[in-house]
Amino acid sequence: MGLTKQSTSLGVLKGTTGVDIEASDEIIVALAGNPNTGKSTVFNSLTGLKQHTGNWPGKTVTRARGRYRYRDREYVLVDLPGTYSLLANSMEEQVAGEFICFGRPEATVVVTDATCLERNLNLVLQIMEITDRVVVCVNLMDEAARKGINIDLERLSALLGVPVVGTAARSGRGLSALKSAIEGVAFGRINTSPLKVGYGEMLEGAVKEVEERIGVLAGGRINARWTALRLLEGDSPFIRSIYRHLGFELEEDKDLRQKLADIREGFEGWGISSEEVRDGIVSAIVKTAEGIGRQVVGFNRKAHNQLDYKIDSILTSKTFGIPIMVLLLGVVFWITIQGANVPSDLLAEGLFWIEGRLFVLLDSIEAPAWVADILVAGVYRTLAWVVSVMLPPMAIFFPLFTLLEDLGYLPRVAFNLDHYFKKACAHGKQALTMCMGFGCNAAGVIACRIIDSPRERLIATITNNFVPCNGRFPMLIAMAVIFSAGSVGGVVDSLVATLVVLAAIVLGVGITLLVSRLLSKTILKGLPSSFTLELPPYRKPQVGRIIIRSVFDRTLFVLGRAVAVAAPAGLVIWVMANTSFGGVSLLAHGARLLDPFARFMGLDGYILMAFILGFPANEIVIPILIMSYTAGGTMVELDSLAEMRQLFVDNGWTWVTAACMMLFSLNHWPCGTTLWTIRKETQSWKWTWISLLVPTITGILLCIMAAQGARLLGIG
Amino acid sequence: MSANLIPLDKLPVGASGKVRHLTARGNARRRMLDLGMIYDTTIETLRKSPAGDPVAYQIRGAVIALRSEEASKIFIESIKQ
Repeated sequence: MGLTKQSTSLGVLKGTTGVDIEASDEIIVALAGNPNTGKSTVFNSLTGLKQHTGNWPGKTVTRARGRYRYRDREYVLVDLPGTYSLLANSMEEQVAGEFICFGRPEATVVVTDATCLERNLNLVLQIMEITDRVVVCVNLMDEAARKGINIDLERLSALLGVPVVGTAARSGRGLSALKSAIEGVAFGRINTSPLKVGYGEMLEGAVKEVEERIGVLAGGRINARWTALRLLEGDSPFIRSIYRHLGFELEEDKDLRQKLADIREGFEGWGISSEEVRDGIVSAIVKTAEGIGRQVVGFNRKAHNQLDYKIDSILTSKTFGIPIMVLLLGVVFWITIQGANVPSDLLAEGLFWIEGRLFVLLDSIEAPAWVADILVAGVYRTLAWVVSVMLPPMAIFFPLFTLLEDLGYLPRVAFNLDHYFKKACAHGKQALTMCMGFGCNAAGVIACRIIDSPRERLIATITNNFVPCNGRFPMLIAMAVIFSAGSVGGVVDSLVATLVVLAAIVLGVGITLLVSRLLSKTILKGLPSSFTLELPPYRKPQVGRIIIRSVFDRTLFVLGRAVAVAAPAGLVIWVMANTSFGGVSLLAHGARLLDPFARFMGLDGYILMAFILGFPANEIVIPILIMSYTAGGTMVELDSLAEMRQLFVDNGWTWVTAACMMLFSLNHWPCGTTLWTIRKETQSWKWTWISLLVPTITGILLCIMAAQGARLLGIG
Repeated sequence: MSANLIPLDKLPVGASGKVRHLTARGNARRRMLDLGMIYDTTIETLRKSPAGDPVAYQIRGAVIALRSEEASKIFIESIKQ
């Protein structure tokens, strides 16, 4: 789970048609596995950049597909959602199970974690019940070796009856063997004979009784044994999908219906409830996995997880857990602020030098002055601003954030903070969706899919905007640097600025919790749903991969979207600023209209206008503001923040204005992309409107409180 | 229920126990079983989160955090050290 191009790309939101297979000579391979097994690393390493992301039809579950060539054959790899099992009722499990059942993949690869093999075998065994064409990929072999865990792959393969390949996908080890095994299974060169879990005399007898009839009825279109088990346990979400797939209900058959009724009656006679049947099925699978695990996994050291435990005892400790978390976040912001200064200046210098050349160029081809003005002073200048302000901090922030993600630190954040989310009647995983929101709120909203319960997912969706995204950071940072830092200079300044930004974030988290609780008590009433959170082992990050992934997938993606929005916005704003009625520009008219209310909020008409015009993307709020303040209606070349400060002060700003500006940037309507994403994810205009109104009202109230409070106290 | 069974949330840090009985129903029960919490599975309490809840447990080689609401539905027999 991450803020990757795949997960944030708008392509995610487009519905895709069922199990679409473009050409018949392509080989469809499903990729299944538990969460945190490095499944996506395997997917990325196999397919490289040949990926396509969409949604499962009618579901908000991400579906990634990628292709690769192997020995002159074209393979299509379908990345199934990470699940622990195929038996529970989550949307992810249903999607994964249905694809393996009805998508007719030529092979299914189950990615498992070598450091936690036994638990992973649970899913392997379940999948082997559905299909014979299974390849088991034991990933993270390098991590296992580091921890002194030995896996006897040959023995595992012999026990399971399917090919087993050990990989270390991060370094590419074992991938060609994996491709070869997939080929072998897909073309039937490798004969598999998957181990079948035994369910004990009674259940097996029952299966035998109905299996044959099911086979006759379904005509080999589904696995009869597996279907028999689902019918016997009852209440399985798969029964409905099986019927949908077959086009009729198996229980319509009188013979089968009678047999099932007899069996159930028999079970009841023995005092066995359907819940106990289900428990029995799961227990048999878990015990089989345990038995296999015992035979193939060896520990060289007894305390193989000791280092992880030691790290955890510091990072999640009662005393240091939360301070370390805040400190880490602070360090990330500080490096971002401090490191972005110089490249930002250089970029601005370079881009504005080009601007001069552009004017000269347009002049030389004798373009009319207004065309040059629109294109260069309007469109180009806005673009240049957005790029020079956004690119450096993002290019620093995203790799640092990805590093924390790669290390495995983020689930610890959820662990540390869950208590507060529980108090807010929300889900601990909301902490993760908030982390994602730091990068991009639209991505944060999509990330809310990891929360199972619809109620808690909505809470996380509506409140995600209280976390400042990357588009709002430059605004917060600029305000912090301009108005909180003195003239001490250098390091002290950026330290003060970091503290102010950090305070803004802590405030954002506080508001998130408060509003979550408020929602839980009003329109989204309910009790917290069940909560299980895995704390996966820490992993050595691959620095090269982090840089590539975060620059290409995240930085360039977010920047690209900002640029796409900024260019037309620059045009519109230039026109608004330069078209006048009665000697006053449209922009000024708007600002005048808004001014009384804006001032009551501690802002001014131009600021509020800039926020409204910045609806497409928050990145352009400051450029619009500067454009509005400078009489010419175009942005001036502000070389330094000092000049920006001067411009704002000249327009009547005090530190209260800056504080209110920060408050409002933290709490106002989500940007266009985020709202559109919310609409897609919730499938409801009602919740989209609520997501717009909740932060907006919060922001207006907070600003009024701050401004009027300051006025009453006679400060500012 | 025999007297020496305790809910998992009462198992102190560092102590272990064996799963004897789940009182969770429906989906929550499924999820616990899927994580391997079947009869006789050994669970060790690893550590508490800063606020004391949730608590991290070692279950079949994985570290799983549970809120007290969930843990109180898992009854275990404490293993004497």
